[in-house]
Amino acid sequence: MNTAATNAGDVQKEESMLLQKAMINANYDALATAHEEGKKISSTFVPGNLNELLMCFDLVRNLPEINALQAGMRKLSGGYIMEAERSGHSEDVCTYVKTDLGMMSKGQVGPSGKPLPTPDVLLLSYTGCFTFMKWFELVRDEYDCETAMLHVPYQADGKITDNMRDFVVMQLKEHVIPTLERVSGVKFDIDRLREYLAESARAEDDLVWVLQSAKNRPSPIDAYFGAIYYCGPIFSAFRGTTETTAYYEALRREVEERLEKGLGPVTPEGLLDEERIRLVVEGPPNWTHFRDFWKMFYDEGVVVVASSYTKVGGVYDFGFRHDPDHPLETLADYCLGCYTNHSLPSRVDMLCNYMDEYEADGFLVNSIKSCNSFSAGQLLMLREIEKRTGKPAGFIETDLVDPRYFSPANVNNRLESYFQMIEQKKLRPEDRSAA
Amino acid sequence: MKTFIGIDLGSTTTKAIVLDSDETVLGRGITNSRSNYGIAVDVAKQEAFLDARFFLFRKLLQDLPGLGGLLDEFLASLEQDFRLQQHLDQLGDLERTCIESAGDDRLGGDGPETRELLSELFRQLQEEAPKLFAPGSSRKSDFFRDIAGSQYANVSKSVVEDSKISFEAMLNIYDRSIIDVENRISTDADETKFMSALDRTCKRSNSFSNLTNELRAPLKTVLDTEFEETYVCGTGYGRATLPFSKEHIRSEILCHGLGAHIMHPKTATVLDIGGQDTKAIQVDPHGIVESFQMNDRCAAGCGRYLGYIADEMNLGLHELGPMAMKSTRKVRINSTCTVFAGAELRDRLSMGEKREDIVSGLHRAIILRAMSILSRSGGIRDQFTFTGGVAKNEAAVAVLKELAYENYGEVTMNVNPDSIYTGALGAATFAQRTIVH
Repeated sequence: MNTAATNAGDVQKEESMLLQKAMINANYDALATAHEEGKKISSTFVPGNLNELLMCFDLVRNLPEINALQAGMRKLSGGYIMEAERSGHSEDVCTYVKTDLGMMSKGQVGPSGKPLPTPDVLLLSYTGCFTFMKWFELVRDEYDCETAMLHVPYQADGKITDNMRDFVVMQLKEHVIPTLERVSGVKFDIDRLREYLAESARAEDDLVWVLQSAKNRPSPIDAYFGAIYYCGPIFSAFRGTTETTAYYEALRREVEERLEKGLGPVTPEGLLDEERIRLVVEGPPNWTHFRDFWKMFYDEGVVVVASSYTKVGGVYDFGFRHDPDHPLETLADYCLGCYTNHSLPSRVDMLCNYMDEYEADGFLVNSIKSCNSFSAGQLLMLREIEKRTGKPAGFIETDLVDPRYFSPANVNNRLESYFQMIEQKKLRPEDRSAA
Repeated sequence: MKTFIGIDLGSTTTKAIVLDSDETVLGRGITNSRSNYGIAVDVAKQEAFLDARFFLFRKLLQDLPGLGGLLDEFLASLEQDFRLQQHLDQLGDLERTCIESAGDDRLGGDGPETRELLSELFRQLQEEAPKLFAPGSSRKSDFFRDIAGSQYANVSKSVVEDSKISFEAMLNIYDRSIIDVENRISTDADETKFMSALDRTCKRSNSFSNLTNELRAPLKTVLDTEFEETYVCGTGYGRATLPFSKEHIRSEILCHGLGAHIMHPKTATVLDIGGQDTKAIQVDPHGIVESFQMNDRCAAGCGRYLGYIADEMNLGLHELGPMAMKSTRKVRINSTCTVFAGAELRDRLSMGEKREDIVSGLHRAIILRAMSILSRSGGIRDQFTFTGGVAKNEAAVAVLKELAYENYGEVTMNVNPDSIYTGALGAATFAQRTIVH
């Protein structure tokens, strides 16, 4: 296996992780110098992002959610959140928003320590999270920059209709593309978009292969803690680039190698020796204590085999790929199909499917304290999945990037109870009460 | 004798249960969880083994013709005398430790004079002790720290009068010394204490005095019984700190689920309100946990809340329930935040509300929070078992019954007198089944 050489006690990293880190740093560098080099900057959100389209206008892409989670992982978010609260944002506001606003107030320095200049355009593709609208309203108010809003109809009935697709395409043609042309000064070239989309589809094939490798026993990947890294390039500023295709090829080779050898996932402390419990997880992870949180799982031999969070930027495992032959329609389908735009019943169907296909032993929800959009209904989903699959379900609460809302002892206490409950239920009935 | 031990290291108390190979409860032990968890575990275990000796003694005495219908009275009396002896021994230890501490200038006392005052103070405490353990007496707490602390404070006030030693200096000495005393395990042989308690009991009552020799032999047999700690399982808030390896640790959820099932085999839903956790657990017909919910991020509405209220009102925790039961008017308290509760309490008092009505409202507030956790776990199913320290509170039980009926209709609600031991019983059962099954 190609893991980076480490000293004793160092965190183990795969080659693909190092490749990704270089991509992220390069993007922060590009953002820092964009204006000096005469380039324009766009800000946009992860779910249903239109990266290939933005690339057509030579825009450098900034993703505030990624900045917030990076700030969380680098222990910077706590200070930004306090700063935003001092400006009047309440304790209950989404902590991604407060991290972003706090970062602006504290001098617009990005997570890498380099300047994060003012965006020239905000592309808001609305895909289910109403907070996104308020977030960009605040950013627009702060920077007085242009906003292109794409209304993506909610998949209330669990399917995409022609009308829905046409509505999105119409907005792309009549509003989004003209705005981006005006801001960037670059004329839209649909063939350029086709090229990027073809590149995306290649990377998407490899990503899906990697995520579905978790159907094996043992799973060669952790489809939550590990897959969050795997999804980074495709869900952010890099989808449609050749570097991203190369990243996924490298990642696939690593996973193939582990699969051939019958090895488990790589954790920060090395290869997982024994897979004891397979889980499906709903909800984002906590970023401020990401490694501690992961450790609570791998220390107990718990591997996540499928997760909804790794689908928030786009759902590929039921067949969707970006289609260069129908460039605008495929962008519409992508936005319409991302996980955040799914109704509760279709999310339940999807998660039940994962439970079954990935032979999971249990279903866990990590509910986010400051996420009003997605915490609603999670308990109902849990009950329904529990009922349909007969598998034990667990519920914990943490937060995205507010370090005050991650209580390691409490989370560990609940997880430990939940894992023991699963192990007990896995036993033969007559052995259960002795477990 | 093979024994299987369950330890529940809670945030307020540490409980131990000793089982035999047939899952019969031989003994129960409880102590306050102190700064040294290891000691708390050892003390709880020691108490459970003592209780086991009483249990075995009872079994042996059942056929003793001379006792007739006086077995219960005899054993109650013996236990009181035993507890008195235990208390006197600890008072002796406390006195020695306080006298040693009296030389420490930082505590504000003056060596020789303080020692004199302490000797007088402990003379009075020794004198008062038998009343505390006399038949029919009631104590605010069963823990030495609480009993001795309250007496020490009362007697200190009078002994420092006309002295240049301040009351605060006396309390400083106590605070320093009690930690040392609490963190020492009594090494005195049980036999000495049991035999001295037997003598005391027999001397006091004519009914037993002529049986002294017949009682000595079975007691000796019980005292000679060696308990083998065959397997130990630990649980509770502090389980990670228990001096056991990982395979000896079970989660509180699993232990409370199984413990409730052992106590009441038809249990389907368990509510446990402990010091800092409220847990709602659904179990299958074998006591295996199917799902659970716990309070998150905040211990609002847990047992500690009642403890805080008791402190604010200068009451013992045991007195809150009876006071709330006297309420004649419903007062709505919205805050289950432990910190806000004090403010709410003072505010209500200033508005002229009666103490009992306010305390009753506080009980309702915590049970409403528990109802929310219960509904998140899947609701109340028949039968419903209420466990944990708060289950000993009659007002909490009454409100829970009322709200369970309002929300879920008629369900059988079990509240076991030993409910505080539910987690330890579950852990002990896991220990027994690990080996025996």
